[in-house]
Amino acid sequence: MKQLLILSGKGGTGKTTIAGAFIKLSAAKAYADCDVDAPNLHLIMDQNSEPGRRDFYGLPKAEINRELCIKCDRCIQNCRFEAILMNEEYLIDAFTCEGCGVCEAVCPVGAVALKPAAAGELMLYLDEGKIFSTAQLKMGSGTSGMLVTEVKKQMRSAAEDAELAIIDGSPGIGCPVIASLSGVDMVLIVAEPSISGISDMQRIIKTAEVFRTKAAVCINKYDTNPANSEMIEKLCRAGNLPFVGRIPFDPEAVKAINDGLTVVDVDCPSGIAVREVFNKTIKLLFDASTIAADI
Amino acid sequence: MKIAVLSGKGGTGKTLVSVNLAAAAEESVYLDCDVEEPNGHLFFKPGNFYEEEISIKIPAADEKLCSGCRTCVNFCKFNALAFIKDRLIVFDEVCHSCGGCILFCPERALNEKEKTIGKIQKGISGQVTVNTGILNTGEASGIPIIKKLLDENRTNKEIISFIDCPPGSACIVMESIKDADYCILIAEPTLFGVHNLNMVYELVKLFHKPYGVVLNKCQDGENPAERFCNEKGIRILGRIPFDNELGTLNSNAKIAVRENEKYRTVFLSLLETVKKEVRHEAAVNP
Repeated sequence: MKQLLILSGKGGTGKTTIAGAFIKLSAAKAYADCDVDAPNLHLIMDQNSEPGRRDFYGLPKAEINRELCIKCDRCIQNCRFEAILMNEEYLIDAFTCEGCGVCEAVCPVGAVALKPAAAGELMLYLDEGKIFSTAQLKMGSGTSGMLVTEVKKQMRSAAEDAELAIIDGSPGIGCPVIASLSGVDMVLIVAEPSISGISDMQRIIKTAEVFRTKAAVCINKYDTNPANSEMIEKLCRAGNLPFVGRIPFDPEAVKAINDGLTVVDVDCPSGIAVREVFNKTIKLLFDASTIAADI
Repeated sequence: MKIAVLSGKGGTGKTLVSVNLAAAAEESVYLDCDVEEPNGHLFFKPGNFYEEEISIKIPAADEKLCSGCRTCVNFCKFNALAFIKDRLIVFDEVCHSCGGCILFCPERALNEKEKTIGKIQKGISGQVTVNTGILNTGEASGIPIIKKLLDENRTNKEIISFIDCPPGSACIVMESIKDADYCILIAEPTLFGVHNLNMVYELVKLFHKPYGVVLNKCQDGENPAERFCNEKGIRILGRIPFDNELGTLNSNAKIAVRENEKYRTVFLSLLETVKKEVRHEAAVNP
């Protein structure tokens, strides 16, 4: 299975819009939404059935048994996360607790125990031979990287025979992004022609390099700032990164999304441009020689 | 007065709003907690700045003392330690710095060493103090940087500060809004925007933060984000029009309120509304 991951660094550059279009264009048998913090792909993928759901358990959380607690203070002194609150009783702040187990191990009377805690929900859609894996992280939860890994695992094990998988990623460069990078064959970076967008693109390119993942770049809304678009292309040439095309700003794209459609479901300028970006990207993804050369 | 600006979805205008509110307020503090992709400094271009490295503590083994008992390996819930080929190996990037391995090593073979994960830059732009957290690429968690940024601002009670949050609703956002007296949620008029607005709306309710919404990129016609606010009875603090001139200024990292009187008026009026809301909150829920 070849896995293509869509990332951007900066949020709101059009990852999901492009991932949705790519899934339609490729008729991909497997796809996933790894933006578990703010998943949106399901809003435009037109699922016909209810998904299979299961709870995702991240790291456990500590719980204090008040009847056993002797208030000796050892757990508080040893907790690095300041997750134990002391009012009249000792209490664990479940949002701050990272489940390390130090409190449980230092408690002299066995009053602290780690308990499994649901940190999100995994969903798997099976529609006409298509596998769509997605998830929703529980608010304020800190195990997004683990959940991303589960989303990909769930997709792969349900769609072992699929030739191509398209994965929508999350913004940023931290743990969910790093988790989404592992094992993919290529990253398509969706850049935005703003000074912020350029800075963020450079940071995500560096991150992909750290994890030795092949990357290509396209620009969305390129015509909103042609000078900055020119700069992005220049940076790609300088960094020897394949540049796979420009997509214009297109009010029709917003309309399509608001109707729950992808930009290639309607006849619009951005849809036409995305097709070209898609063809170039897929060629790069499946062309073994370029992959070998880049690694 | 600490105002957090968040949105769930990326690219809705968090930095636009927090930068311009800070600039409109004149004397203010701007804290960039979007440490994975900090952008506010590109607008402020702060001068006289200095940098401070931020590090975390990770274990380091003294091979001479390690007996290979694997107590640390068995204890670590994050699988950050392994004993392979007679050597203890530490996987820095998954270590949560809980200190358990060091605490429970019977041979006292483990010590802590500092590992740099990023930095904080501080500078001045006009009357705005600009503090930016920057996570190094390849590092998983920016939480220690956010904590440091907010800790240093904790003693500041007088000057209004704006906290530019990361997108999403996970632990890093929660950390960023912890100290906030008020949360501004930025919404764009798209299906994605509304879906993600709902998430941060749930988040601020969960943490009992007072909040209001700023509608960005407003155009004529139906606004799904506005409809959402009306259905939920959420206070709309202001509207920023979809505007090519503003878009261009913003994409060139120019601060709109410093460039154009028209935008100065928009953000000054938003600032007054927000201030009034915070004062009202303080009076009702002291």
